[in-house]
This record gives sequence, structure tokens and C-alpha cells, in this order.
Amino acid sequence: MAKAGGRRAATGAKAKSGAGGSRRSPGRSESDSSPGGGDGAVPGRGASHPVRPHPAGVPLLDVDQMLDTERIVVCCGSGGVGKTTTAAALALRAAERGRSVVVLTIDPARRLAQALGLTALDNIPREVAGVDSTGGGRLDAMMLDMKRTFDEIVLTHSTPERAQALLDNPFYQSMSSSFSGTQEYMAMEKLGQLDATCEWDLIVVDTPPTRSALDFLDAPTRLGTFLDGRLLRVLLAPAKAGGRAYAKVLGAGLGMFTRVITKVLGAQLLTDLSQFVGALETMFGGFRARAEETYRLLGAPGTSFVVVATPEAAALREASYFVDRLDAEGMPLAGLVVNRMHHSDAAALTVERSLAAAENLDEHREHPLAAAVLRIHAERVRLASREARLRERFTSAHPDTPLVEVEALSGDVHDLDGLRVIGAAMARVERLEQAG
Amino acid sequence: MPSSVAPTGHAGTVEDVSGRRTVTDDSAPGGPEADGPWDRRLHIVTGKGGTGKTTIAGALAVALATGGRRVLLTEVEGRQQIAQLFDTPPLPYQERKVASAPGGGEVFGLAIDADEALLEYLEMFYNLRRAGRALGRIGAVDFATTVAPGVRDVLLTGKVKEAVNRPDGTRPGGLAYDAVVLDAPPTGRITRFLNVTAEVAGLAKVGPIRAQADSVMAVLRPERAAVHLVTLLEEMPVQETVDGVAELGRAGLPLGGVIVNMARPPLLKIRELRLARRGELDPEEIAAGIKEAGLEPTPALVEALSWEAAQHADRVALERTERAEIAALGRPVYEMPLMADGVDLGTIYRFAELLRDQQMVG
Ligand SMILES: Nc1ncnc2c1ncn2[C@@H]1O[C@H](COP(=O)(O)OP(=O)(O)OP(=O)(O)O)[C@@H](O)[C@H]1O
Ligand SMILES: Nc1ncnc2c1ncn2[C@@H]1O[C@H](COP(=O)(O)OP(=O)(O)OP(=O)(O)O)[C@@H](O)[C@H]1O
Ligand SMILES: [Mg+2]
Ligand SMILES: [Mg+2]
Repeated sequence: MAKAGGRRAATGAKAKSGAGGSRRSPGRSESDSSPGGGDGAVPGRGASHPVRPHPAGVPLLDVDQMLDTERIVVCCGSGGVGKTTTAAALALRAAERGRSVVVLTIDPARRLAQALGLTALDNIPREVAGVDSTGGGRLDAMMLDMKRTFDEIVLTHSTPERAQALLDNPFYQSMSSSFSGTQEYMAMEKLGQLDATCEWDLIVVDTPPTRSALDFLDAPTRLGTFLDGRLLRVLLAPAKAGGRAYAKVLGAGLGMFTRVITKVLGAQLLTDLSQFVGALETMFGGFRARAEETYRLLGAPGTSFVVVATPEAAALREASYFVDRLDAEGMPLAGLVVNRMHHSDAAALTVERSLAAAENLDEHREHPLAAAVLRIHAERVRLASREARLRERFTSAHPDTPLVEVEALSGDVHDLDGLRVIGAAMARVERLEQAG
Repeated sequence: MPSSVAPTGHAGTVEDVSGRRTVTDDSAPGGPEADGPWDRRLHIVTGKGGTGKTTIAGALAVALATGGRRVLLTEVEGRQQIAQLFDTPPLPYQERKVASAPGGGEVFGLAIDADEALLEYLEMFYNLRRAGRALGRIGAVDFATTVAPGVRDVLLTGKVKEAVNRPDGTRPGGLAYDAVVLDAPPTGRITRFLNVTAEVAGLAKVGPIRAQADSVMAVLRPERAAVHLVTLLEEMPVQETVDGVAELGRAGLPLGGVIVNMARPPLLKIRELRLARRGELDPEEIAAGIKEAGLEPTPALVEALSWEAAQHADRVALERTERAEIAALGRPVYEMPLMADGVDLGTIYRFAELLRDQQMVG
């Protein structure tokens, strides 16, 4: 019904007069004449179509059902596929459906951050302005500050002096700001903290831009293994039992170890290093226990994972791995969002015929506009069919994984309205374009 | 080495594919060309994840090798992307020839691994390789290369530096490689990665690590190295590029060019683009054209095509905004087209040619 948001007046008159003649868009109902919104702002256009048919035989991801009942929704996927956008859109939709929601975002695009009011990086959630609260819901948003979150853990798990010593240690500083996996670990930590307050009905979590979606699950373990690792035990040994224990564990390696470290890194480093290790030791228990607690939370009823992918080979491959992995870990998968799909309403006009027609016109130096439009069409159909093929390939490997396709908007998603369009697309409801 | 004299018609401006001219600052007194062609020993290619760093780094390596030179292409993230790009078996920690370039050029590949680099370093300087292996068993190597990212980065960049400076008396110029290309970590991490002296400052004020860091910085001078940024014409990658340029500049690291990847040529004329965005393309004209070409111009088809044209025009408009942001950086801009069917080996050679045509490489 809302298709005219995208195709405005000019085509409207003609199209209406001839409605019904469309053999070329089998999927679309022709009854959807259009009330039509304002002069479609760029970002919203495209999603204001009638809902596209869901691919036959593929289980549908019921987004609204998930948003109305779950307590935690985690958006995962490989880099740049739309995790942050999806997380924000889901959170907004849930809030406008009446729930009290917090969304934990990680490095959102600048304009989106502004739209969510995320201008102060203070690591605590703030209410988002402009959310429709007539249903009784609200939306809070925050942006993860990884270093600060780590510092806070240190402060809570230690005496002030010990904490300070650790915060000042160069090894700690280096690790807390750039250890690969720290961001994932801290996202989990923050999730645990937000959950513990019981302040919200629903927590929506965005995940860091890793190349592989699996990193989100693996990184905390990696960090944990590291903190808990053999080397640390070895380094801790002298503090516990004096040099002899050290020597025993390392055997003949002891002298060599100190010698190498001293040679390569310098003597000061060795001091910093053992201080770092000593300080961490007091917090081990705390770290481990918390990480395990959060991990349990992720597998508990009330949590759902949403995997996001674009219809590209690499992104869908990652999504595939991730779905298998969740399955293996007994983690609850809600389904896959295939984000940024393209389609054509005239797919029956094939790439080949379209290009041949364009060439024909070019040859006769006639109708350059029609020729150009035919080329645009050919390009789009080619893209759409490649995307559909890739999506089908995913489905044949994972026939039981529910999914939903979300159309690519022709602009970025950078305001609440844009998020509403994405949210509506995920829930497969039509949404009237709001003017302005 | 290619001549460092800029070709004629090149002073102060660079023309990108779309014909716009970017004014560049050529006035650095006595400095090297600040706007290419980039006659440098070390080319560092960064960009947001997935924008085409590896693809462009590969093409750049081939472009630099063209005409009989020998170029080393390196990666540092343990992902074997070079092998994938050139369709060769995974690279060991050892230089292997991965491609030939027109005119007898050769491209070698190397996947640098921090642990291996540490062991090599220990052996080279202290004859401690065996000790290193033992340390590996208790996790000390892991520790040194993981917990202290500064150390890790010094090891990685240290290896790159070694390749840049490696002598070879049998070759003209006396060096093992005429140029080295680094497929680097993404924009978000590049400054920290390259700015090793600052990074290890907290960890090591004196001593061999510090000395190693300083020697890396010596290679990262504008006359010897350039950091190129790859971007797409989309909001986030452009934002990262703008931030990256500022950050690299602040750290005093040598900036190179910006490569706009996956660029799509507009298919409509400017006036038509404007009309298309407003949904005002003449449906009768489209219908007449379609009919002329032998297709049946149903209203539904005309409507669908107009809508697709509008989407295309929106996209072009968005790209224009992003392009303007890139142009405002004042860096030379190069453009690589979107390949509808993806990238294969042939694409790398085609892109290498385009980089040469656009005078990124002299
Ligand atoms: N359906 C869509 N149509 C058009 N643009 C979209 C769509 N979904 C996301 N985008 C845009 O794509 C870009 C990347 O999205 P987003 O930041 O959500 O990805 P991400 O997965 O969080 O990325 P990262 O891995 O870098 O964190 C943004 O500019 C966003 O506006
Ligand atoms: N001009 C182009 N046209 C079409 N596809 C391209 C183009 N350039 C790169 N690609 C494709 O885009 C994907 C990403 O490219 P590439 O691996 O070079 O990016 P990257 O920046 O190195 O990614 P990463 O951050 O994962 O290392 C690859 O599948 C590549 O084949
Ligand atoms: Mg994100
Ligand atoms: Mg790469």
C-alpha cells in the first residue's frame, strides 16, 4: 500500500491507468495503489515498497515475536554487514512496541550516533530522544568504551592501591587498549553489567567489527586462556614460592628466560612485567567467574542471537560458520537477517534482453534515455539474481534457519526514521513514509 | 627505480577518472613529491575492512614490478590473503614468487608472522633461536607478541624494514627489492601499528626493542615510504578515511594517495539524474524507446524501470557527496571500477594497468 513513497507522482498517473498489465512482476500484488508520502527523502526510499514475498519454503524469522518476548538479543556478523544498524533498528522497534530497551552499540557511524544522542562517551546508557513512547516503552542507548570498562573491572576487583598500580602499568595499558579480543570481552562484560541491573526488559547488543563473526565467541576465551595461561603461572611462581619453584617449573629454562627478556626488552620491562602479572593474579578469580557468568547468560532462555549478513559470498560464509557454531555450543539462534538485498520489479526482462535492447538503441543513436534506463535495469537484475543465488546457497546448507531479507536502501541509515524503515522491513510490515 | 621526475602536465593537480581535478600541495620545500607518482621504497596500503586493501596492494605490487623490477608484497595478519589473491598455495614464512609482471617484472609474496619474526630476531641478534623455541613452549613468545602489542608491531614492521633495506650486490641498485608493498592492518589500527616508537615508549625507553623501533621509523620517512588509503564511496569507509588521514598526519607518518575502489560510473546524464531522483523521468520517452527496441512497454515495466533509475540516481548522488569529502582531503585520488563479476587474477593485472594509467606509479 505504501509503494508511492518510492515512486512518486510522475509515474503514478501513468502507472495507475495501466495497472494490471504487469506480467513482469509476478511477485507483486497490483492492488497496492499508493497513498504516497512526501517527496521521499533519499534514505527511506526503497523500503516503502509493499512487502516483498518471502522466499518460498524458507522459515521466516519472526522479529516482532522475538522483540516482544526476549530479554537479550545479540547481533553478530562479519565486518560492515549492518550489525550496528540492525541492533539499533531492533531496539527502536521493541521500544516503540512498548518495551523498556537498552541498546549497547559499538563504534556506530557518526551520524547514527548523533541520532541516538550518543555524543558523550561516558560508558553509561542515556535515553534516546524522539522515540514514540505512546506504547509505554522507552529506549536507552550507549556506546561501549572498551578501556574504561576494563578499568572499571580492575577497580571493582581490587584494593585502590593495587588497582592503581595495575592501571599505571605499561603492560596493562597496552593490553587494555589493543589486545585483540579485549573489545569483545568488554562487550560481554558490559552486557553482564547491564543485565545485572534488571533495569530493562530487553537488552540489544551490537558486536565489534571483527573479520569473523566467530571472534565474538572466541575472543573472551582467548583472553581468559591467556590470563589463565601457563606462562602467567610460571611468572607467578616466584612470587608464591620463591625462586626455587620458578626454577623447577622452567627447568633449565629459567636463566635463559630472564636472559632473553632482559636482552630483548631491557631490565625495566621485566620489573613491569612481573608487577603486571602479580597485580593480575589477585583478579583472576574475578575475571574468570565473570566471563563464565556472561557466557552462561548467552546460552540461557531469554537470549537470542541474530546473525546479520549481506548477500555476498564472504559474509554469508561467515554467517554459515556462525550458525553452525551457535548450534554446536547450544546457543539460541533466532535467525539470519540478509541485509541490503536488491530486487527488481521487472526481473522478467532479463539482463541479456535488456542489454541487447540498449545496444540496439545505441546503434541507431535513438532514445538515449531509454537505453540508459535499460542498462541500469540490466545491472540491477544481474545484482539481484546473484544475491538471490547466494542466499539460496545459504538456505540449502541451512534449510531450518529462519531468515528475513531486508532491502538495500539507496542511502545510509542515519536517523530514527531510517531505523524505523529497517525495523519495519525486518518485521515485514509496510510502513507509511513519514514526510520529512 | 623509476624516475622521480613527475611527467609533464602533472604539477600541482591530479586528475581522477571522473575528470575532476584535485589540487594537491606540492609546495613542501625540498621535500619529495607529495602527490605521486609514488616513487617510494615502501608502499603501505590501508583502508576500512573489506574495502579492497589486499586487492589494491596486489595490483600496486604488479604495477610497481612492471618493466622488469622486483617487488615484495607482504601481509601481517596471518590470513593468507596474498596466496588467495594470486591463487597460490599458502605462503610459508619465506619469500616466494607469486606473480610475474609485464616486461619481466617479478612479485614475491611474504606472510609475516610475529612469532616467527621474534624467533628470527632472537637468532639474528643473539643467536638464540633454540632458546626461542623453548620459550615458545612455555608461551613466552605468545606473551611477548600478544600481551604487548607494541612489541608485536615492532616485530612485524621490523621485518618489513629488513626487506626494504636488504642488500643484494648482484642486483642493479644493490638492493634485494626495488619496492616493498605492505597489505597493512585496517585504518582503525594503522597509526598505532606504524607509530612503533611512540607505541613502545611506555614499554621500552632504551634497549634493543627501542632501537629496532627507531630503525623502523627511519624507513617511514616521506621520501622512502607512503601510506595509501583504500575507500569505497560510502559513509563509513569515507569517514574512516578522513579520520585516518588526520591521524596519520598528526603522527607525522607519510601520506600517499587515496584509492576509491568499486567505483560505479553514472549511467545517466546529470540532468537525467536530477529528474530521476525526483521521479520525473519522462515515461512516454522511456516507453517509446523500449518499444523502438522491440520490447513491450507496459506501464508496469516503465514504472519499474523509472524506479530503478531513481535508485541509481540516489546512489550516484550519495557517491558524489562522499567523493567531495574525499576530494576535500587534498590527496591525489585514484579510482578502480567495481567489477560486476568479482575479482580474479586478470583483474589484478587490469587494476595494475589502471594504477599506471592514472600515474599512481610512474
Ligand atoms: N539495509 C540497508 N540499506 C542501506 N544501507 C544500509 C543498510 N544497512 C546498513 N546500511 C549502511 O551500511 C553501513 C554499515 O552498517 P553498520 O555500521 O550497521 O555495519 P556494521 O556491521 O555494524 O559494521 P562494523 O562491522 O564496521 O561495525 C552504514 O553506513 C549503514 O548506514
Ligand atoms: N573493484 C572491485 N570490484 C569488485 N569486487 C572487488 C573489487 N575490489 C575488491 N573486491 C572484492 O571485495 C572483497 C574484499 O576485497 P579485499 O579482500 O581486497 O579487501 P580487504 O580490504 O583486503 O579486506 P579485509 O579487510 O578483509 O582484509 C573481495 O571479495 C574482493 O574480491
Ligand atoms: Mg558496527
Ligand atoms: Mg585484506
